[in-house]
Amino acid sequence: MSVAEKVKEIIVDQLGVDAAEVLPEAKFVDDLGADSLDLTELIMAMEEEFGVEISDEDAQTIQKVQDAISFIEKKKGE
Amino acid sequence: MLMQDKKAVVFGVVNERSIAYGIAKSLCEQGAKLALGYAAEPIRKRIEPIAAALGADFIFQCNVSSDAEIAAAAGGVREQWGSVDCLVHSIAYANREDLTGRFIDTSREGFRVALDVSAYSLVALCRAFEPLLSPGASVMTLSYYGAGRVVANYNAMGVAKSALEASVRYLAVDLGKRGVRINAISAGPVKTMAASAITGFRTILETIENRSPLGRNISLEDIGRCALYLASDLSSGTTGEVIFVDSGYNIMGV
Repeated sequence: MSVAEKVKEIIVDQLGVDAAEVLPEAKFVDDLGADSLDLTELIMAMEEEFGVEISDEDAQTIQKVQDAISFIEKKKGE
Repeated sequence: MLMQDKKAVVFGVVNERSIAYGIAKSLCEQGAKLALGYAAEPIRKRIEPIAAALGADFIFQCNVSSDAEIAAAAGGVREQWGSVDCLVHSIAYANREDLTGRFIDTSREGFRVALDVSAYSLVALCRAFEPLLSPGASVMTLSYYGAGRVVANYNAMGVAKSALEASVRYLAVDLGKRGVRINAISAGPVKTMAASAITGFRTILETIENRSPLGRNISLEDIGRCALYLASDLSSGTTGEVIFVDSGYNIMGV
């Protein structure tokens, strides 16, 4: 499974949204209805799944689906 | 079963990573009836499915920085159950800016909030629930190594945990007169939602793996088992204690 697919799967699982809604430009808060606790859980789930650390500062920059995918791809590439 | 038909009120479940969840599950598996207290509305939708899965009797909202909400919570529990055999306090809060940088820069308000929510809330809950606690009942709270030793970035929370542990000792005297026990579990680091606020948490986890006698981090099950001991009659002669569930890390010198 690609990083993008796995990230989408985590988002569907954590936010309880339909996979069809998880488009690259979908914003977690505005489009997918996430609150701040959801965002924290999402970040934690991605850290666990991909074995990476996402700092508070980095987490602030992850606002839409593509941000998360790009961030993980970059981290995995390092 | 160790907790057959015992009534346990648990504060601090947010999700399935919560230490309070590990404790609730462990008590539940040994036959305890559960009531879960949550701090605010956004948490309700998270703990409803958890409460259902654990077969909890009821859940209730209670912001522990409000005396009125604590009184209402105790009143609600009295109405539902009449008495309580176990009270679990797994609650802490500090502003993010007080969990990083220099401790010396902690503001008066930041210090107050950390101590109020993380330490005073135990005193207030014990007082409100005191009339409900049955003889032999057990109260427990969660502390951390940072209460007695300096842990980088733990700052205001370290001071709050220190106040919490001292409160456990003073409360033990007051509650002991009714045959009620109170103890703290000093748990090793667990990657909970609360822990996500602590800068460098991964380093702390790695330190435990590398330096503790057991050479591993602890699980929610490890904490749950200790909680079961403290909640049940297995610990009938123990009160005012801080028990470490930390793979032994706290005993290490150089």
